[in-house]
Amino acid sequence: MSTRIGVITFPGTLDDVDAARAVRAVEVEAVPLWHGDADLRGVDAVVVPGGFSYGDYLRAGAIASYAPVMGLVVEAARGGMPVLGICNGFQVLCEAGLLPGALIRNAGLHFVCRDEWLRVDNTDTAWTARYAPGAEILIPVKHMDGCYVADAETVAELEGEGRVVFRYTDNPNGSVADIAGVCDAGGRVVGLMPHPEHAIEALTGPSDDGLGMFLSVLDQLVRA
Amino acid sequence: MTVTHAADTVDTVERAAATPEIEQPYGALGLKDNEYRRVRELLGRRPTDAELAMYAVMWSEHCSYKSSKVHLRYFGETTTEQMRATMLAGIGENAGVLDIGDGWAVTFKAESHNHPSYVEPFQGAATGVGGIVRDILAMGARPLAVMDSLRFGAADAPDTKRVLPGVVAGVGGYGNCLGLPNIGGEVIFDASYAGNPLVNALCVGAMRIEDLHLAHASGAGNKIILFGARTGLDGIGGASVLASDSFSGGTGRKKLPSVQVGDPFAEKVLIECCLELFAAKVVVGISDLGAAGLACATSELASAGDGGMVIDLDRVPLRAKDMNPAEILSSESRERMCAVVTPEHVADFLAICAKWDVTATEIGEVTEGDTLVITWHGQTVVDVPPRTVAHDGPVYERPISRPESQDALQADVPDDLARPTTPAEIRATLLRMLGSANLASRRWVTQQYDRYVRGGTVLAQPADAGMIRIDEQTHRGVALSVDCNSRYVALDPYRGAQLALAEAYRNVAASGAKPVAVTDCLNFGSPEDPGVMWQFQQALHGLADACKVLGIPVVGGNVSFYNQTGGTAILPTPLVGVMGVIDDVRRRVPTGFGTEPGESLLLLGETRPEFGGSEWAHVVHGHLGGLPPKVDLAAEALLADILIAGSRDGMLSAAHDLSDGGLAQAVVEAALIGETGARIVLPAGADPFVWLFAESAGRALVAVPRSEEPRFTEMCTMRGLPWVKIGVVDVESDAVEIQDVADFSLAELRTAWEATLPELFG
Repeated sequence: MSTRIGVITFPGTLDDVDAARAVRAVEVEAVPLWHGDADLRGVDAVVVPGGFSYGDYLRAGAIASYAPVMGLVVEAARGGMPVLGICNGFQVLCEAGLLPGALIRNAGLHFVCRDEWLRVDNTDTAWTARYAPGAEILIPVKHMDGCYVADAETVAELEGEGRVVFRYTDNPNGSVADIAGVCDAGGRVVGLMPHPEHAIEALTGPSDDGLGMFLSVLDQLVRA
Repeated sequence: MTVTHAADTVDTVERAAATPEIEQPYGALGLKDNEYRRVRELLGRRPTDAELAMYAVMWSEHCSYKSSKVHLRYFGETTTEQMRATMLAGIGENAGVLDIGDGWAVTFKAESHNHPSYVEPFQGAATGVGGIVRDILAMGARPLAVMDSLRFGAADAPDTKRVLPGVVAGVGGYGNCLGLPNIGGEVIFDASYAGNPLVNALCVGAMRIEDLHLAHASGAGNKIILFGARTGLDGIGGASVLASDSFSGGTGRKKLPSVQVGDPFAEKVLIECCLELFAAKVVVGISDLGAAGLACATSELASAGDGGMVIDLDRVPLRAKDMNPAEILSSESRERMCAVVTPEHVADFLAICAKWDVTATEIGEVTEGDTLVITWHGQTVVDVPPRTVAHDGPVYERPISRPESQDALQADVPDDLARPTTPAEIRATLLRMLGSANLASRRWVTQQYDRYVRGGTVLAQPADAGMIRIDEQTHRGVALSVDCNSRYVALDPYRGAQLALAEAYRNVAASGAKPVAVTDCLNFGSPEDPGVMWQFQQALHGLADACKVLGIPVVGGNVSFYNQTGGTAILPTPLVGVMGVIDDVRRRVPTGFGTEPGESLLLLGETRPEFGGSEWAHVVHGHLGGLPPKVDLAAEALLADILIAGSRDGMLSAAHDLSDGGLAQAVVEAALIGETGARIVLPAGADPFVWLFAESAGRALVAVPRSEEPRFTEMCTMRGLPWVKIGVVDVESDAVEIQDVADFSLAELRTAWEATLPELFG
């Protein structure tokens, strides 16, 4: 059976079309999932894309973490399904308890849209195996609440277990330890603020470095 | 304290007919004596409170174009059949629509939100973006990108620090949350905008040609459905006196902000909901609710259709208690739309709205008659011929007179201003101009805007034009640029408007796209000032005449008058937006150097010692006088043809239009954007000051791969376009060297260019 990756749309999700395009770019079927869905339609992995779910008038991602579809995602993730949270999706995964830490207002207090060099510090996750260890990739960031914070103990644990997946080389938002993305203990759930789905071709993005994440999960799913 | 409006105190049509003598606050609502008399003539009685409110907002300058109408006709008169060939909708619709090929229709429009943005910068700018996006949506198109053209007082003026960050955050906050990429625009400073900033927002959208929807209410029995946000007391304000004692019973309870509060999340949901409604083919017509709210939407839908309409205001979902009919009709609460739906599609319509959690309510229906009847609490509060509200407003032929000061202004030529002569002086001048408020990098602003969302952005700021991919299979796309140098317009409005068009046209062509259509946003002072009306008329004629020469139609636009502080008007600012079509966006031409290993730099067009209204005269001498650069539309058309051919045949690796700041600014920007150095060798005997800083129109800087240089220059020579080789790009170099004049490291240039706005605005 062919591989299928679900892309969730909450009201207020914006980058779902981009995430679906990135999934198709690695020749995988992108399956739209609606926030109120009661099943995951048999997908093999899930992308929680960026945007302002439900307007994010409360804490970013807070309401979305309670959407019916997220209950299914949490359950599937605990069973080992690869999940990628991008930007608002990262915030949602943190709110849902799949990833540690939280995202708060950028240090500069402005929305920031710019191309950032990230270093890939963990290439053992479901979403990063295609990258060379320490590879530097050029990926756009665009967010208002992208400053990653966690208590010292959690940061130490993440560092100790190698669960910091991506780091900024020029920190745009004040994130602790330049953290741009982290993973869960199993390396199946990854969340990051930068947007790999906006870096799949040089025509519309700064690079095609983002494809590596979608190719990595494809490798995983095909092997499985 | 609240005031209840018992049914027996409401001003009904019956009561109005019986009480002709009651004095009405039409003056406070903005109607002149003669306009009020006209309303009474049209109705054969005095208007009710609700009718008066409708006429007052719909006959306002903003909604009725009463001072500009007689002039705007000139656009139609100068549009030839040939220019109309690809126009699917033009002036008068929510937005102009063009057939761009491959079955795609593209719609675009710019609109002003100037006054609200001064009062409340964040919400004023935010709701400006929201309004123009709904205009595009109402045509049946998916909104694809926005641009914003912003003008503020002097960069270092204290109030600019209040207004600019709020406006930028508002444009970004709304557009980012809405999921539309911001692909370009302008940020300009001039003291004349200090008390009256300009916020002009443009939106572009696309649809399949067969999906075009024009707003009208036809077919008796069809239902009128209001959907989106609830109607509240915010933004009852163009006619803010609606909240005054005469309408609220003397308690003053309703002094709510006259600037609307935007909810971009609601608008995002509304977009998706509308597009699903269009796709399901369950709407006859849709209109957005913007200025003048329901008063505007109902009267326009009805007068564009073939029947009358009845509306029951009791059904309108409200978010404030005890709103009276006049308030409900003129509320400008955002994120609302109004649809005409055939009875058999109502259930499907409501189901789609329910999926998106969008409130939708049937508030009336189309009737056989020819009047718009609005009831409230079972009584008729409005009974009017809709055309009289929407289209038969007053039309004025305002006095026009060329200001006496114009001669002196034009005589004050910049020829005697002290010019830099030594290499050291030229070096210092270049750096000073590069870091000046109008020429410095806009990055501090533009990095607050999402330019990536939806994945179709091929070019965005700081490129000459924004470009988006419309079709992922065929790679067809469109490019857009908005421009205006208002100093040029002040010196000569006719020529200045043509220069604005020429610059936008050139920017689009520099990206590789073929210009096809124009929108405008005409920002001027008071139409009651004959000098301002002269500027307006001259600018409009200049623009229309130039469009005819270039063969591209004006398909839509917006007029904003009364942009002034006290008796002092802003610099006249006829913003011009040009849209171009490119068959294959993969052939777009970037702005920065260094995409190919060996590039020659050519300057296309003719350089003349033109400094009237120039950035140099402004920055170095604070001088504004003389005449703006010469306009040669045939040369502009030829230059554009060459740029487009160069892009199509892969002969260009970079192109950058020359405008404010001249060649020096263009070279430095292309080097910094491409992070690549260059060596410039000016022609023998050239006056370096003139060559580096003159602002002659019709010019572009292009980088041509060495292998293409003979073919490209031969094409220019054959077709009679002046060109001169002025240097080479050097990928090994991290400097811009101007031979015999000055050398600059890229780092030094970058600091000068990028430090200014962050230092001013944090």
